[in-house]
Amino acid sequence: MTRTGKMGVLCLALLLSVTLLAGNGLAGEGVMAADATSSAPWWMWPLLLLVVTFVMGVAAVLGGVGGGVLFVPIISGFFPFHLDFVRGAGLLVALSGALAAGPGLLKMNLASLRLAMPVALIASSFAILGAMVGLALPTQVVQIALGVTILGICVLMLIAKKSTVPDVPKADTISSVLRIYGVYQEASTGEIIDWKIHRTWQGLLLFVAIGIMAGMFGLGAGWANVPVLNLLMGAPLKISVATSKFLLSITDTSAAWIYLNQGCVIPMIVVPSLIGIMAGSFVGVRLLKVAKPGLVLI
Amino acid sequence: MTGDPHKSLQASHEQIVYAAVLEKGMLLGLALLLLTFVLYVLGIIKPYIPVSEISQYWSLSVGEYLHTTRIHQGWWWVGMLGYGDFLNFIGIALLGGVTIFCFLVVIPVLWKNNDKLYALFSLLEAVILSLAASGMLGSGGH
Repeated sequence: MTRTGKMGVLCLALLLSVTLLAGNGLAGEGVMAADATSSAPWWMWPLLLLVVTFVMGVAAVLGGVGGGVLFVPIISGFFPFHLDFVRGAGLLVALSGALAAGPGLLKMNLASLRLAMPVALIASSFAILGAMVGLALPTQVVQIALGVTILGICVLMLIAKKSTVPDVPKADTISSVLRIYGVYQEASTGEIIDWKIHRTWQGLLLFVAIGIMAGMFGLGAGWANVPVLNLLMGAPLKISVATSKFLLSITDTSAAWIYLNQGCVIPMIVVPSLIGIMAGSFVGVRLLKVAKPGLVLI
Repeated sequence: MTGDPHKSLQASHEQIVYAAVLEKGMLLGLALLLLTFVLYVLGIIKPYIPVSEISQYWSLSVGEYLHTTRIHQGWWWVGMLGYGDFLNFIGIALLGGVTIFCFLVVIPVLWKNNDKLYALFSLLEAVILSLAASGMLGSGGH
């Protein structure tokens, strides 16, 4: 991402974080939308959701994020919905975007099932724990923690460097035993890339924290998956982005069921969001295949 | 390239099987979601909460929302499928359940390839996701 782009992301994240932190006093109501909701017709909000989530769907695939990380702060800041329903919808949004993109990424051999499975086992277990903790905590506490987390994500996006094909001199023992390696062809250059990973146990350990945060805030977790898979474990950027996107279909399934069973799903919020994000993801997958690695957002 | 299916440009057999099931489930879920939402929004099937009144509830916390609307947690919605709004839960549940089915389907494929460790991973993942879906893992809510 360019310097200007990074500054734009920083400004947006700061705005959203401040909005979330300020919204704490309103006990979960969207600040910007609080006054508008009384006069606006009810159908305006689902219609706006559809448009906003379509754009998020395209951006989310290119960034390897679930969409929840964009959805939760933006929708809780600018729409009149309580944070409980936004988090529930956020997880379903991240899940649906991943479900829409997953088959294409797996068939193109960009997402690796062998890389995703051990990681998913850890992340999905701890996402359940995160969801249960997040729903048990007071809204104000979750809102403050969410605002701080969004700021942290912003800092991570600014300082984290991406590596198109990281140098992995030797695969570690765990990844060798699990046979986590592969080959893919970079469509933009035609180059065939033979990849393997290292620092597997450190990566798996980090997915404990990633799972908890995904479940607690309904954020999805692509923003964290990609740096861990790419920078720490050494998977190529496109493999990391695609595997991260697919991974969300597993991690977010576990947390989404907790929210669904707790009653945090209102169809009028969820369905337009899901249709928008899935339609956007279909477009995003086609863009990812032809995009140069440098255009990938994170 | 080599005899190792994981060192090929083509996706492995289990990955293709997983993707095929995921794709079918996702498309079915999406189609159901669209269909049930149209039935709900157009009022073809009467909703439990009228669409014109839903904006009164979406700014409440989940606890207040459940209390005010007398909606129950867990799989209670299955008994309410006669209402247009609850009908949407079929598509949502299918999208939430398709991954469990994918893992169950690849277990025999992995086992046949003598990839027993990954077959075990798949089984464990299916159990974890099923446990989350069961509603047995509750929380205090607020």
